Amino acid sequence: MNIEILLWLIPLPPLLAFFIIMLFSRGNKVFADVVSIGAMVGTWVLSLIVLFTALGIGGSELGKHPIESSIEWLPIGEMLSTGEAAPEPAEGTEEGREIPANAVTEEGFRMGVILDPLNTVLIFFVPLTATMIFIYASGYMGTGHYWTLVLEGEDHHDADQHDEDHDVEAHHDDHGHHTVVDDAGRTIAHTDATKWKARFMGIISLFAGGMLLLTMADNLLLLFMGWEIMGLCSYLLIGFWNDRIYPNEPGRITPPFAGIKAFMTTRAADVVMLIGIAWLYSVTGTLSYREILYNEEVLHALEAMAFPANPLLAPLGLSIGGAIALLLFTGTVGKSAQFPLHTWLPDAMEGPTPVSAMIHAATMVSAGIYLLLRFFPLISLGWGHGVEGFPLQMQIIAGVGAFTALFAATIAIAQNDIKKVLAYSTISQLGFMVAAVGIGAYIAAAFHLMTHAVFKALLFMGSGSVIHAVEHGAEHAEHHGHHLPIDFDPQDMRNMGGLLTRLPITAWTFIIGGAALSGFPFITAGFWSKDEILLDAWHEAPIVFWVLAIAAFLTAFYTARQIAMTFLGEPRTVAAEEAGPTGFRMEFPLIVLAVGAVLLGYIGVHPEMPVFGPIFSPDPEGSPFKLFVGKTLLESPELLALEAPSVITSIIVALGGLAVGLLVYGLRPLQSPDSTDPLKRLLGPVHTLLANKYYMDELYDAVFVRPAQAIAVFIFLVLDRGIIDNLIHSIARFTEWVGFRNKDFDTEIINGFGDRFARSVAQTGQQLKYSQTGRIQQYLVVVATGVILLFGVFLYTIFLR
Amino acid sequence: MTFEEFLRQSILTLITFVPFLGGGILMLLPEKNNTHKNIIRWAALLFSLIPLGLSILLWIWFVQSPEPCNSIVANPCFEVDWRWFPAINARYHLGVDGISLPLILLTAILTPLAILMSWDIDDRVKVYMGLFLTLEMGMMGVFVSLDLLLWFVFYEFGLVPMYLLINQWGSEPPPDAEERRAQGEIVRDRRYASVKFMIYTIAASVGMLLSIAFIGGVAGTFSIPDLTTLWPALEGGTGVLAEVGVPVVKTVTFILMTVAFAVKVPLWPFHTWLPDAHTEAPTAGSMILAGVLLKLGAYGFIRIILPLFPEQAHVFAPVLAVLAMLAIVLGAYASFAQTDFKRLVAYSSVNHMGFVMLAIAAAAWVGYGSAFAEGANRTSAIIAMNGAVLQMVNHGISAAAMFACVGMLYHRTHTRDLTKYGGVWAIAPAYGFVMGFTAMASLGLPGLNGFVSEFMVVRGVFPIGAGETAIFTLMVIISMLGLLFTGAYVLKALRNVLQGPVNPEAVELAHGHPLEMNIREGIAMAPLLVLMLVLGVYPFWLVEIINSTITVMWS
Repeated sequence: MNIEILLWLIPLPPLLAFFIIMLFSRGNKVFADVVSIGAMVGTWVLSLIVLFTALGIGGSELGKHPIESSIEWLPIGEMLSTGEAAPEPAEGTEEGREIPANAVTEEGFRMGVILDPLNTVLIFFVPLTATMIFIYASGYMGTGHYWTLVLEGEDHHDADQHDEDHDVEAHHDDHGHHTVVDDAGRTIAHTDATKWKARFMGIISLFAGGMLLLTMADNLLLLFMGWEIMGLCSYLLIGFWNDRIYPNEPGRITPPFAGIKAFMTTRAADVVMLIGIAWLYSVTGTLSYREILYNEEVLHALEAMAFPANPLLAPLGLSIGGAIALLLFTGTVGKSAQFPLHTWLPDAMEGPTPVSAMIHAATMVSAGIYLLLRFFPLISLGWGHGVEGFPLQMQIIAGVGAFTALFAATIAIAQNDIKKVLAYSTISQLGFMVAAVGIGAYIAAAFHLMTHAVFKALLFMGSGSVIHAVEHGAEHAEHHGHHLPIDFDPQDMRNMGGLLTRLPITAWTFIIGGAALSGFPFITAGFWSKDEILLDAWHEAPIVFWVLAIAAFLTAFYTARQIAMTFLGEPRTVAAEEAGPTGFRMEFPLIVLAVGAVLLGYIGVHPEMPVFGPIFSPDPEGSPFKLFVGKTLLESPELLALEAPSVITSIIVALGGLAVGLLVYGLRPLQSPDSTDPLKRLLGPVHTLLANKYYMDELYDAVFVRPAQAIAVFIFLVLDRGIIDNLIHSIARFTEWVGFRNKDFDTEIINGFGDRFARSVAQTGQQLKYSQTGRIQQYLVVVATGVILLFGVFLYTIFLR
Repeated sequence: MTFEEFLRQSILTLITFVPFLGGGILMLLPEKNNTHKNIIRWAALLFSLIPLGLSILLWIWFVQSPEPCNSIVANPCFEVDWRWFPAINARYHLGVDGISLPLILLTAILTPLAILMSWDIDDRVKVYMGLFLTLEMGMMGVFVSLDLLLWFVFYEFGLVPMYLLINQWGSEPPPDAEERRAQGEIVRDRRYASVKFMIYTIAASVGMLLSIAFIGGVAGTFSIPDLTTLWPALEGGTGVLAEVGVPVVKTVTFILMTVAFAVKVPLWPFHTWLPDAHTEAPTAGSMILAGVLLKLGAYGFIRIILPLFPEQAHVFAPVLAVLAMLAIVLGAYASFAQTDFKRLVAYSSVNHMGFVMLAIAAAAWVGYGSAFAEGANRTSAIIAMNGAVLQMVNHGISAAAMFACVGMLYHRTHTRDLTKYGGVWAIAPAYGFVMGFTAMASLGLPGLNGFVSEFMVVRGVFPIGAGETAIFTLMVIISMLGLLFTGAYVLKALRNVLQGPVNPEAVELAHGHPLEMNIREGIAMAPLLVLMLVLGVYPFWLVEIINSTITVMWS
């Protein structure tokens, strides 16, 4: 089959699966499982064909001549080749401002797909991890329950009916129908966590479809579409258990609000990114990767235009290209949860665990890094070519990444929720990648993106398996007459311990994933990729190197802490005591990904590495990964020499962190869920600060959320209702007043004149009638008086004038 | 003359007057029992389907036309130019181009769907349906007229049925409304809303009527295509023209007409009639009001203001842009502040139509025929105007669907209070899907229709004025804040209605009626959902038609 058609087809099956499930499943879980997994496996098969085709073509050929296919999508204007696409704020006429005419397409906007070495990497790991997540999800969403609020008015009978509608499995009847009152006085009851499973499978299909769309896109707009579709899905999935509440924790964020938080935070970044897209489009007349990023003329023009044009700010040294890169980078800050927009991601743990894996490992957060890698030619404008130092945009990106890596790692060491630790770990690892892009370590960032996707998906699903086991343990314990508090949290590591023997497959795969995350030397993928980033930092930016090294140490430390608290020691609760293996559908994906977490690293070994180098990277030019992916760029990045201090630091921080963590938490495990964390004893108030995530949620709430709500109410009540409507009402009242006065004028003056005249005539007549007495004598007197008067007048006029 | 020739000659007339004729026929039917009422409903639906069929035929002929139907000035299609009012040289002059055609189709699609959504109207069905069909005539008439006076007649004509629909079939007023009103309180019920809508619009139109009479009198013709060249070129004259000077006259007429259209769109700060009218109107009324009537204002800008007053529009463009930005941002904020579901959706129209106006303002700066700029500005103006017209269609679809979603719940529970809802997705999954889908289109999710047009507007307006004025760029950037808040209010509605534990209040208020949508409602919603998806995934077929005309207008 034609390879171009395959490229179009890759995102299609999951997207179709979404609509099929949403429209036709009618809540049938088996149907949803079959359709979604079937579609995903179909996509995986397609992607494997494409992957092997790409590998067959080879990196250098594919880099020079990517496989492309596009259709005309928007016929806007004649899109004349004007050659004077002057960007707005740039004034003056610097040399080289003009965008070459050939950059402006003449046929409007084209949508298309592309296959080049960079997205081949994604085509490899996205469908693989997504398929594993789907299989896992079909098992994970099969059991469980959570607390929901029972509102007044919904009596027992209604609750029964409600549950029947959703096909509750028989063994939940024990829990489903009794209600409890929590400390806050709310009536709560258990509800079946699997009641909307079909919908769940549909939405994760859409999610995967969005990611694949983004992967295949040959232009920024299609990428943005996939990007936003994932944003929607993460909102829907984080808030999936939207009727869930937490007993005795009224202040804790509930899933729907966590979903809204995720969506709004990323959207805040996305609107900035959209400005960047619009700007880039107006400057270059296109959004196609090939026409912007692989066109030296366009890149030179973008670099030559200074921004802002104001000479005072010129020392910033930012070009238009750099400014656009920063706007696009803002999108990454939101999507990949970099400081200061990272706060949504830990709360995103409210979603079911497969979602956490989906969002945090394989797809959504990776998208942000992919965007940076894709626009690396734009980001790195003004870098290299004999120029010392980094341009401003790269400094900012490196700074944000390195700071986030360290910042999130410090929070992670003080978290007790097994998924929250991984969430902060994800933020931290993404910080590594962002920092890598910022210091120009293109290959290392791409490599770490791939290995991290695999081992972090493994860790998330492992944690989900653990949570599941503890939840089951809790159920068993209740069956056996133990009573757990209603706010028993199966995700809290303090409630675990000793799970190594109880669920061995989960435990050992989790340990492999944890070792990869810590960068355990030589046998895990995480080591090879993190080592590459540190090596680049060693060469390019020593500050970044040391920040990342400390972050790597903390990474190893909290991983060891997590493994120790979860798997080692003795069970600290009956729930952990009663936990058991979670079944094939949840454990099989773990095994597959664990294999990946070990083996994947060997495609990116530095050729100068003793022992491993010659075996896995026979070509002295670079590792197979570098030789393939590096060809995406116009100029393949140079191979940096291996430096012993860098590698040794990398090994020391990994092993050191693990060792300290195991010493603190492994040798003397916590005795009960209420024991004080040894770190708290050591750090005191600093630990409280870390455990509360530096109070950033509270800060944002006070600075952004509440003022925004107040402004909204102000605008509606004061501006619209108060000022504008009152003005209109005043005009209406004035007009009404004028109308009434007009009526008064009509009735009083105009009508009044006629009326009064008539009335006075009548009155006069009335009064005159009394003169009609009928007596002749009186008449004669009157006539005589008249005659005398007339005669007097006559005399006066004739003689006296 | 063959039948096809006859049809080609009279298709615009038929599209316009068949609904009116249908309304007249309805009046002859009896309305004594439920069977009669059903017959009336089906007849009304049938009469609204005829213009739809004709519009599709019109579309096909339009696309297949050997000569491009891209300009009412140079290549008007399906033109009719009959004697109508010879004393003042007003003519029965109809024609279509790539701007009016999509809006004709939009009207033709929305009317039958709105009638389907009014199936439950039981009170004076005959008059209701008759008024609805009359309303369709008014709207169609505006889109097909090429004569200024005829245009105005249709423009004003639509008000009457809409006023009656809100006043008589609107939301149930609170029981103590009249008492409170007697005490001088402002009660925002259907009576208040309908009067506000009517008076506000008519008051604004008075100035427009004056301007139209004046323009027609001076130019000696009301033909819009002729005026497009005559009126801007006018330089001297007698009477008032000589007294106060042509520029003053043009500016005054421009401002009068702009205010009239600004009220209709509505542009901030002329928008406060809209939330009241939308909120109190019956469901189908809101659908048409948001779906089509608002577009008449924007259509007026594109069809009349920009071609007839290029210089004045250029001068006032920054003002329009600022007002459009305020509509976007403040509309979104005000929407977010609502606890009334329908008012929240109503305010979203202010927000979305702001994007149309932003594009129009930027294109006005570039000038009709690119009079004041060229090159990149021109290209950008074309993109922005394509976006504006597309946004009109897209907003028509998604706002109508959104109001239908509100109406489905309101019809069952008789409350619009967001706090009374919750967990509806759990008990009405199909409704949840439909509302979620519609809300996402309204929010501008890429892949659905709203995004394409908003992106085109943003892309088009962003670089306009490069090197001369930064106002448009600035307005686009601030408008992004509005785009952020669009998300906030849409998610607020979704959370309050669909998510969370099931709120028994809404269920109780429904008195045993299931909240789930029924098949009739599903049929009414399906075309809208399909259009949202199709226009979002592949807008080529529509933009091609719009673009053909926009390119000529800004050539």
